[in-house]
Amino acid sequence: MKRNHPNTGGTGLWPVLFIVFLAFGPPARAAHAQNPTVTVIQNATILTVTQGTIEKGSILIRDGKIAAVGRSVRVPAGATVIDATRHFVSPGIIDCHSHIAVDGGVNEGSIAVSSMVGIEEVIDPADIDIYRDLAGGVTSANVLHGSANPIGGKNAVIKLRWGKDAKGLLFAGAPPGIKFALGENPKRSNFQPPPGFPRRYPNTRMGVMDVIRQAFSEAREYRKRWQDYNRRKTAGEKNLIPPARDLKLEPLVEILEGKRLVHAHCYRADEILQLIRLAEEFGFKVATFQHVLEGYKVAKEIAAHGAGASTFSDWWAYKVEAYDAIPYNAALMTQKGVVVSINSDSAEEARHLNQEAAKTMKFGGLSETEALKLVTLNPAKQLRIDNRVGSIEVGKDADLVIWDKHPLSVYAVAQKVLIDGQVYFDRQKDIAQRAAIEKEKKALLEKEKPKKEEKKPEEKKPSATTQSPAEVQP
Amino acid sequence: MNRRRFFLLTLSLALLLTAAPAFAQTYAIRGAKIYTLAGPPIENGTVVISNGKITAVGRTVAIPSGAQVINASGLQVYPGLFDSVSRLGLTEIGAVSATVDTNELGDYNPHLLAATAVHPASEHIPVARANGITHAVAAPAGGVMSGQGSAIHLTGWTIEEMSIAPSLALVLNWPTVQTQTFDFATFTVRRRPFTEVKKEYDEKIAQLEDWLEAARHYAQATEKGAADKFERDLKLEALARLVRGQLPVLVMANDHRDIKNAVEFAEKHKLKIIIAGGAEAWKVKDLLKQKNIPVILRPTQSLPGEEDDPYDKPFTNPGELHAAGVKIAFATFDSSDSRTLPYEAANAVPYGLPWEEALKAITLYPAQILGLADKLGTIEVGKLANLIVTDGDPLEIKTQVRHLFIKGQLTSTDNRHQQLWEKYRARP
Repeated sequence: MKRNHPNTGGTGLWPVLFIVFLAFGPPARAAHAQNPTVTVIQNATILTVTQGTIEKGSILIRDGKIAAVGRSVRVPAGATVIDATRHFVSPGIIDCHSHIAVDGGVNEGSIAVSSMVGIEEVIDPADIDIYRDLAGGVTSANVLHGSANPIGGKNAVIKLRWGKDAKGLLFAGAPPGIKFALGENPKRSNFQPPPGFPRRYPNTRMGVMDVIRQAFSEAREYRKRWQDYNRRKTAGEKNLIPPARDLKLEPLVEILEGKRLVHAHCYRADEILQLIRLAEEFGFKVATFQHVLEGYKVAKEIAAHGAGASTFSDWWAYKVEAYDAIPYNAALMTQKGVVVSINSDSAEEARHLNQEAAKTMKFGGLSETEALKLVTLNPAKQLRIDNRVGSIEVGKDADLVIWDKHPLSVYAVAQKVLIDGQVYFDRQKDIAQRAAIEKEKKALLEKEKPKKEEKKPEEKKPSATTQSPAEVQP
Repeated sequence: MNRRRFFLLTLSLALLLTAAPAFAQTYAIRGAKIYTLAGPPIENGTVVISNGKITAVGRTVAIPSGAQVINASGLQVYPGLFDSVSRLGLTEIGAVSATVDTNELGDYNPHLLAATAVHPASEHIPVARANGITHAVAAPAGGVMSGQGSAIHLTGWTIEEMSIAPSLALVLNWPTVQTQTFDFATFTVRRRPFTEVKKEYDEKIAQLEDWLEAARHYAQATEKGAADKFERDLKLEALARLVRGQLPVLVMANDHRDIKNAVEFAEKHKLKIIIAGGAEAWKVKDLLKQKNIPVILRPTQSLPGEEDDPYDKPFTNPGELHAAGVKIAFATFDSSDSRTLPYEAANAVPYGLPWEEALKAITLYPAQILGLADKLGTIEVGKLANLIVTDGDPLEIKTQVRHLFIKGQLTSTDNRHQQLWEKYRARP
């Protein structure tokens, strides 16, 4: 929305530079080559999130999992030791609303229900924003479809394993989800259709709810057709013709059966309540309300439904439905019993989610642990991956961040980021390799320079402030 | 009394506190650690404020009789924070054009004043204030010459009461050579040949030269008493101040080539130039130092401009500029985000900018850069009493602003967000 944005594409020398970058770029790629199976982080202040703070503590990591946490952890022979004296260790940050690592647009906005499409098919493992967010301590992200449709596309939960291929980024075992959207965006209030294109139904909040109700009515019928078929087949009937598969309705049936999580973009209190009632009518639960900037007005109802709320720390006033947004939202919903997370919706904002969480101590008086949960354990709960990540506990994935200061301080900088026990980001190594990368780049630019007789005009990169459609309206 | 009436009463009380009363008032802030930014911090010191100004600062200061005493022991006093490029007062709801007065039509509007459109009742103003922002520049945007930025206090019933300097600097968006742009009308990336774009750029620079040439003639004519011989031209009248060096030009430029071109242009035309944006200023820091050109930096919390820039480039840029001797300030270039100003400065600290420099870059340095340092920026006798009393480091997130003074008046930190919080917190 208001933040600057990565380039929209490449021209001229750009692709060349990019290839260089892939080959020589951020050093973490090399760091995990040795693949140590046993690592001990020593002498750290460990913010476990679930079991308090351990001063001068150690974490033993074996085969990517946390094997021991405490003051006296024995270092096994041959273990890699990371000394974290005067440093803090927190669980890896989990961003419950991201659009990084997506190749191309995030909005299949041509239709009102786009549940047949999915992010998993367009994962771009070379997106530099993966590395940038990793460097901010993010280890997992809920990569969502855009908010152009009442029912949008399927999500992909990823780990930010920079250097792996698309499949290697996926968070295996994370339950699948889907994007819903309410309010101004699916109404297309702030968007002009391209010239020659008609406006798309829906145009009102009535229409948004109608689209969702319509879709679930169809999904129910579809499920019944399959149930009838399966019953008759089980009963031994011969020569049955199975119903035609409907790729739009299949994910909705999964929602009805509690197998797919609904992440619903929303702003106003009334539309939040409307979706809760619709979900109850069809017998499913909304996993998370996303943005949910007026969630504080109906926190009681959100808590009663059992939905989570994933919000911004302090953005407001960029559109009408964001005018009642308050920075106390996360704290107030927490205090009223909702499981709350703070998300980024932006590759830039994700770089300092620890700072965004800290704002809830200022606005609404959350404790340090409550604030830290907003970007660790709570998003893990919302994504139903809290058995794996979100806190520093024996048996969980070793997704950890080593900070030079308490991560709720504005001055904290992530020094090392581990995923599955492997170091994917190391600030010192990153800094150490910069000169070599710069030298390599210069040499390639020199090579690419046109000879005098066939002088090519110099091309400029697009402005750093060019916005991409994904972020125009979160 | 019913709830609604009670609410309205509380609200009007809050508003009364908000606005600067007409009567003079004397205050003494006692027992605080005072970061004057004009010398070392004063432990257990006192600041006396009278008639809107700072009248005494020190460890042993007599408190005038009748002064309202604020016991600030354990607290800290700092100059009020200055968001030196903002949209405060000019926009309410981004997506609703009826509430947005930042961008006028046309490329050349040097005569427009932001102060003309500042909405004193904007809800953004008390929200920013609550986080310690006491004054700001409302800056127009759009076109090539957007208009003039106005310095305002973040309190007042009218623009007259808010005004510090209505005409502070001309906003000039440096034309860029962009071969690809994002077209919001069609939601597609538009690519154009370099030669075509470069031609357009050259034409724009030629236009700029023409405007300045006309302004010089206009200035000459008026100086020679011939102004009545031709029609008054409001645009040239504004630009005459520019070419005379009476009005600085705030050049919005992020690309290092744009910055370099703008600096050369300003030198050629003898303009007093300030760079605003400066994402790639680190690439031309020696030039900026050599020409003594200050930079008002866009938010530190930005992504690197180039894909292969170091990931922390926006965080290290301020420290690199400081180390090279370039004077910097931070600004939000925003309205709803104005309250995050201290964090934009803070985020440069772990990456090489000393803490006190970061603090000065949102207090003293923007005042110096914009020619307001005689009035604002430090806690010194004779300066306007725009200051904040906090329970800690104002750059740190959890720090709360306990008291806020603007123009020497104790000013409320109540705001729309706090009111909504209190209202819905009480929902049964």
